[in-house]
Amino acid sequence: MTTPTATAAPYTTIIGLEVHVQLQTRTKLFCGCSTRFGGPPNTQVCPTCLGLPGSLPVMNRHAFDLAVRAALALDCTIAPFTKWDRKNYFYPDLPKGYQISQYDLPFSSNGQLEVVDPKGAFARNVGIIRVHLEEDAGKSMHDEAAGTADTRIDLNRAGTPLCEIVTQPDLRSPQEARAWLNELKLLLVYLGVSDCNMQEGSLRVDANVNLHIPLAGEGGAEGRVAKTPIVEIKNMNSFRSVERALAYEAARQWEEWQATKAELGTTPKQTRGWDDPAGVTRAQRHKEESSDYRYFPDPDLVPVTVTAAEVAAARAAMGDPPTVLRKALEAKWKISAYDADVLVNQGRDLVAWFEELATLVGEGKVASNWMQQDVLRTLNERGGTIGEFPVTPAAVADIIGRVQKGDFDTSRGREIFAAVLASGRPVADVVAGMGIAAVSDDDLVALCRELLAANPKVVADVRGGKEQAAAGLIGQAKKKNPNVNPAKVRQICLDLIKGM
Amino acid sequence: MQPLDLSAVDLVAAVRQGDVSAVQCTEAFLKRIEQVDGRVNAFLKVDREGALARAAAIDARRKAGGPLGPLAGLPVAVKDVLCTADMPTTCASRMLENFLPPYDAEVVRRLRAADAVIVGKTNMDEFAMGGSNENSAFATVHNPWDLTRAPGGSSGGSAACVAADMAPVAIGSDTGGSIRQPAALCGITGLKPTYGTVSRRGLIAFASSLDQIGPMARSAADCALVMETIAGHDAGDSTSLPHAVPRYTELLEQPLTGLRIGRVAAHFAEGLDPEVARGVEEAFAAFKAAGATIHEVELPHAKYGIPTYYLIAPCEASSNLARYDGAHYGHRAEPGKGHRAEPGKGHRAEPGTTFDSPLAEMYCRSRAEGFGPEVKRRIMLGTYALSAGYYDAYYAKALRVRRLIRQDYLDAFQQVDLIGGPTSATAAFALGEKSNDPLAMYLVDMYTVTANLAGIGGISFPCGFTKAGLPIGFQLQGPALAEPLLLRAADRYQRLTDWHLRRPKLPA
Repeated sequence: MTTPTATAAPYTTIIGLEVHVQLQTRTKLFCGCSTRFGGPPNTQVCPTCLGLPGSLPVMNRHAFDLAVRAALALDCTIAPFTKWDRKNYFYPDLPKGYQISQYDLPFSSNGQLEVVDPKGAFARNVGIIRVHLEEDAGKSMHDEAAGTADTRIDLNRAGTPLCEIVTQPDLRSPQEARAWLNELKLLLVYLGVSDCNMQEGSLRVDANVNLHIPLAGEGGAEGRVAKTPIVEIKNMNSFRSVERALAYEAARQWEEWQATKAELGTTPKQTRGWDDPAGVTRAQRHKEESSDYRYFPDPDLVPVTVTAAEVAAARAAMGDPPTVLRKALEAKWKISAYDADVLVNQGRDLVAWFEELATLVGEGKVASNWMQQDVLRTLNERGGTIGEFPVTPAAVADIIGRVQKGDFDTSRGREIFAAVLASGRPVADVVAGMGIAAVSDDDLVALCRELLAANPKVVADVRGGKEQAAAGLIGQAKKKNPNVNPAKVRQICLDLIKGM
Repeated sequence: MQPLDLSAVDLVAAVRQGDVSAVQCTEAFLKRIEQVDGRVNAFLKVDREGALARAAAIDARRKAGGPLGPLAGLPVAVKDVLCTADMPTTCASRMLENFLPPYDAEVVRRLRAADAVIVGKTNMDEFAMGGSNENSAFATVHNPWDLTRAPGGSSGGSAACVAADMAPVAIGSDTGGSIRQPAALCGITGLKPTYGTVSRRGLIAFASSLDQIGPMARSAADCALVMETIAGHDAGDSTSLPHAVPRYTELLEQPLTGLRIGRVAAHFAEGLDPEVARGVEEAFAAFKAAGATIHEVELPHAKYGIPTYYLIAPCEASSNLARYDGAHYGHRAEPGKGHRAEPGKGHRAEPGTTFDSPLAEMYCRSRAEGFGPEVKRRIMLGTYALSAGYYDAYYAKALRVRRLIRQDYLDAFQQVDLIGGPTSATAAFALGEKSNDPLAMYLVDMYTVTANLAGIGGISFPCGFTKAGLPIGFQLQGPALAEPLLLRAADRYQRLTDWHLRRPKLPA
């Protein structure tokens, strides 16, 4: 199934996202249990997160502060007063029979996060309706092997701090949705708010999607816009799944519209689950009545107040988010938007590595080229993080400096970079070990005289106006001495011929 | 030396001085429990071995010259709503019949750390919901003053065990009057502290914004002694107040000059038993004779106390009790038994009921079987009042009235130091008298619920007896954190009167 492009399609796809992000805290939101992923089931639990009788929650202020940092990065307004509410429903992985969440007074609201396609395909500013904090539920594992159909409950995750981010329906294509999620993930990882690991469930996405279909009016006049019923898609396990599911769903809604002409408001909101192997969304069973969670303020917790000074301090401690950092790199190091995007998308540590290199080299463009063509390429091949990269910015700056000084050319520099990487030895040692030594000007002149004497045809051609004929001498020069600088050989030869 | 005759203050002093050993003291009360509790049913669990072992350890430490806690050797009975790691904690409910908590409530931890000897867990209305103790799933408590009458509730077992000399001190909890009303009906002294004074950690929640733990004893002085151990900030309870613990016992000695006590005319309107009214007026007169001045004050919104309470408390309860679903602990219905009603179990499973799933069936049937009728009634009331479309009309409006009630008290305490009046409209009523009329039962808390709604403290102590020989309770309420003054005023009254020293005739 293919998705028509935005301009070609007879409709506009309207997408809003609801993202749940686990915060990177050591302990849970309302107790001291570890949030570590992957422990044996039910080993990171206590009376509070087990919901035992008599247990009480106490808010983890660090989790709240991290959530504030995320909300500030999403340009949200931080509420000076916020409270906790209970969302009541029965489920075995929810041991208290309610989830502590935030209902009518979320700690932050009204933000935005822009996503710009570096190739210029789209630029979209996505409004954030609200960001609130809540506790995660445990995990239900349905074991249907051997016909037992047992469900096992692991409550290690119960009580892990979770930020819910709800966007406005501002996205207009599955590609935009995927790109925006990448940007959100980058931002949250940059800020140390979350590791956003979808495999471990630290980032989960639900999407709401429908189509706006312009109808022709009478006599060719512009008509009204028909809106298809909104569908919520769940169970998407990667950003790629999100993109595929949205594309499938848009096409499915278009087909359904053509068959039924059903519009928004005529049917209850539908929830569909994404079946990744089959590549389809499937309707999930929904109840006749919508769920009534009977929210009310949690009487076991006190409201949280946030002062303007605390917001200012959180903002100051936050560091530049990726959007700001891209523009800053562009301006400071005079590199292209594309290059800045590539560097920033690799994470904060790589940007710091780049800036150290650029500072040592004294300019950004050359440093950026080396980053893109050598450092990043090698990093991708080797795997691992920039923190584990065996070559230092100082070593790369050393190589670049020698190239700029004319000791050797860039391709020779690359060989040296590869040798430094492989051997772990200092640049100077590698250069010496490869027999690379700067050739003195006197030696060069002598070498060039020898070459000119041996190649009268070249001399004649250059005199006849064909300066490019001198290039033939460079190869011969490198054979005689691999350390010669080709540009210098060429210039000296030309000068000598002129003086003949 | 007869431990049963000593106050808690004197008992602790006697143990400290070696006049009586902790074991002798504990044995005396255990013996009394054996002799009379078969008629009273105050205890759901008596930990004879644990208590004696504990007492022996305290005696050994004293002999070795080791340090003794402030309650060393004092037997204490604990309401079965407080978690104990060494005894089942049932809330007098089938739902938690076999539940053994993995931890001690903060109050229990403090009592043990103070070297108190916990003798057992006391009976109560199921999940602290009731005013007569008839809602216990296990046994009905009988009032030691007249075994055909109710002890009050929900801390009926705690009140009855102190009244019948089975423990010098008991711990109760008070959500709408559950310490003060049974204290009044059993002729003892009971303090409901200001909300946040005593940690609720390990107190099995009924209505979290109203629940508060307090001491029940023969006298205000004994209550003051226990308060010094159980009060104080707990970082594990977000609603715990961060104030320093006053020296309640020492503050009793300050003179009580110029005390202004408020009297609310509405307390003496329709519904108040004339004998109770007489006892309460005599107490006012006694305070006046002792130098206090009496002033008329108004609490204009107090008349909405009961309806406000019976919205807020069930709303919170409907959520607090959601965890009892059979999935993780507590009662779980046996699978596949069908949906027939089981005679004698007090529940009515409708034949032919269908469920969405086996899980839903397990939930529904576990809760149908595990909870008694009053608990179900309140869960349904609360669930209804919090439902979409009803929230604003019920819960949100109740919260607004609650603020008005609180403001009434703030205004009144501009004019007076304390407010006095009846604790309960009647003396102890007959068992069975109100148990089939939930609304009549709800009204037993009419003088007490407003203190819970306002979050302030209140104390009940005996101020006389009816012609039938039943105790009458006098209630004093004070501003937030005025417990030292409440205890001092009650103690001063008890130095001038002997109502609190009278004991029911309950021969061994």
